[in-house]
Amino acid sequence: MSALKQLASRFFGGNTVFARRTVGGIQPLPFKEHSLRSRIMSTPIPQQLTIPIGAEESGQISLLVGIGDQVRKYQRLAVISLHTDGRSDVPVHAPTSGVITSIENSIVADHSEQQQRCIGLAVDGHDEALQLEPHSDYSQLPSTDIVSLIRDAGIIGMGGAGFPAADKLSKCGDSAPEFLIINAAECEPYITADEALLRERAGKVVAGAKILKRASAAQRYIIAIEDTKPDAIAALQQALQDDTSPETPCELVLIPSKYPAGSERQLIQCVTGREIASGQHPTENGVVMHNVGTAYAVYEAIVEGKPCISRFTTLCGKALKTPKNFEALIGTAADFLFELCGIEANNKQMSIVGGSLMGNELTSDKAVICKTTNCLIAACASEIATSKPEQACIRCGFCADVCPSKLLPQQLLAFSRTTDTTQLIEHGLFDCIECGACDYVCPSHIPLVSTYKKSKKVIETRQQSLECSDYWQQRFQFRQYRIKKEKEQALSRKTDSSTKPARTAERTAKALSEAADFISKEQASRDIAAAVARVKARRDEKNK
Amino acid sequence: MLPLISHWLTQLVIGTSLLLITVFVLLQINRYLQQQLKTQKSLVTRINRALPQTQCGQCGHPGCLPYARSISLGEASNKCPPGGLETILELADLLNEPVRGLDPAHGQFRDFSVAVIREDECIGCTKCIQACPVDAILGGPKLMHTVIAPECTGCDLCVEPCPVDCIDMINHTAPSISHTTISHTTPLYFNTRKLLGASS
Repeated sequence: MSALKQLASRFFGGNTVFARRTVGGIQPLPFKEHSLRSRIMSTPIPQQLTIPIGAEESGQISLLVGIGDQVRKYQRLAVISLHTDGRSDVPVHAPTSGVITSIENSIVADHSEQQQRCIGLAVDGHDEALQLEPHSDYSQLPSTDIVSLIRDAGIIGMGGAGFPAADKLSKCGDSAPEFLIINAAECEPYITADEALLRERAGKVVAGAKILKRASAAQRYIIAIEDTKPDAIAALQQALQDDTSPETPCELVLIPSKYPAGSERQLIQCVTGREIASGQHPTENGVVMHNVGTAYAVYEAIVEGKPCISRFTTLCGKALKTPKNFEALIGTAADFLFELCGIEANNKQMSIVGGSLMGNELTSDKAVICKTTNCLIAACASEIATSKPEQACIRCGFCADVCPSKLLPQQLLAFSRTTDTTQLIEHGLFDCIECGACDYVCPSHIPLVSTYKKSKKVIETRQQSLECSDYWQQRFQFRQYRIKKEKEQALSRKTDSSTKPARTAERTAKALSEAADFISKEQASRDIAAAVARVKARRDEKNK
Repeated sequence: MLPLISHWLTQLVIGTSLLLITVFVLLQINRYLQQQLKTQKSLVTRINRALPQTQCGQCGHPGCLPYARSISLGEASNKCPPGGLETILELADLLNEPVRGLDPAHGQFRDFSVAVIREDECIGCTKCIQACPVDAILGGPKLMHTVIAPECTGCDLCVEPCPVDCIDMINHTAPSISHTTISHTTPLYFNTRKLLGASS
């Protein structure tokens, strides 16, 4: 092993190591070369932008502009609060100047097939921008300031999950994580946005990673990338050599090119050897992970002061003449980008958002780019696998071999068919990352992942209705209790009306003490703890 | 042989063992009965959990818990229209019975809906408030009433007593309560079960 390390360091320079621990996974054909032929292109500004804020179910949306307002580039348009505590606010900024024309729900190129609240912007073409506040010497900034700047820039996880980046950093605020991993593993076929970004702007990504490291106060920081991307690795090596700051050096870890190596848990296991237990969060295990796209956005937000108004998106598929990577403004419609790549509309069979394995079909080409759209595929008929008839499971066990979460897909399938909820949960249905590796290898062409998705949905709705019914039951019991009490009181009022004033006072006291009993001790102690924490936080702030 | 049986020591041994056996058998019977009671109790709670808790009374009982008790004592389990097919299947599975279709005498399957009061027509008679089994209607005498939508079970009970017919049942995607609604509005109600036990 040490010989291998030496060899690696001779080829790749000082801090490069290989990591070889992988569980399961498949090696599909990458189809990445087409979109990597040309450089990243910044899109021209379209006539109309539809800027997604977020799904209404996911949080409280507060609009800062109204229809008919003239807005300038970088202006804050709306904020979505994903949590009631105000820590997970994600603002949305205007990608260019123009007039707000509409605020309505519309389709977004996203993994969750639901509509999002969107702001329509008629572009005026002047591209008038607000004054930005760059912080080029971020080494002077305290980490809390960096986190709040990242939050104000509206940066969310660019890898696809879309978790607010500032939240991830502040989550491990109490104890510094051991590892900060920058995820450059882009394992899904077709997607090349991260690779193209690294080839051309590795320096900025490394700087962004350094800012993230400063903000999270991690002890080690690692960039993990597949060993099949020589150009990106070379660019990263160059950027790391050019970086002469005295801080702890960045480590470059090369991982095998396997799908789904870029999935958070799988990559952590591969790089650090730590297996994140079911139901736990990586931050609980001293690891925080960010995507390279996020690192780049963080660099732009801090050093250049730019909020997140664009992202890197791959456009590919055989129906496009010139597939390439775009730096697309948030809110650009998919068909606008397809036009830029020279789409052969007759050839196109299907539009897909995301990669070929985890992606979803786009219901409309009017769908807009949001902060998590990493890839759009205009697939022609020859690219789409013809759906073969499903056959019986022959218990070959290939699916269990390739499952990166170490689940038993055929068992899960059997339980899904009989909707055995308890067994499904016990066998870890909710640890399934829906990567589709089991579908890929199944010789009987069983649509496993879609079955699991359905089961997950069924279990979730069932749990929700159970929650509802519990609540209703409590309400019903309380009503009965209330009616009984009222009757008793009426009766006692009738029997001794002589000593009325004294009785009333007594009754009030009794009612008060009962009310105090109502609030359970647990609730009370929780309230007290929350109050103490609030006071402490205020004191801490004062001391600072 | 006879002198051995008539010996006092033998008689003592036989007598004691007989006594012990009787006590043991009695204890076993007691345990069995208690277990039976317990399973019946847990059966009631399990049946109650399978019921939708709309408290609509379409089964002919005043609430879901009384119906659950009655089912555990042998009543048919196919009298709950708001629970849908799922409840019927779950109950049949729980009771180890063959699945029977919904008893048409008790209504038909319907999508989940929520009561909405046409507020300008409301005369403030409080009749719907008295009818609501979960206190989901807010209002006072001669003042406008309104339904707290997330707390409405869609039981229909408020529609009939309204003298001006200003209550509509409007289709709703699915019952859902946000956690914030529970924690903010009703910290008091969470101990009702304990309190009910204490007061009775």
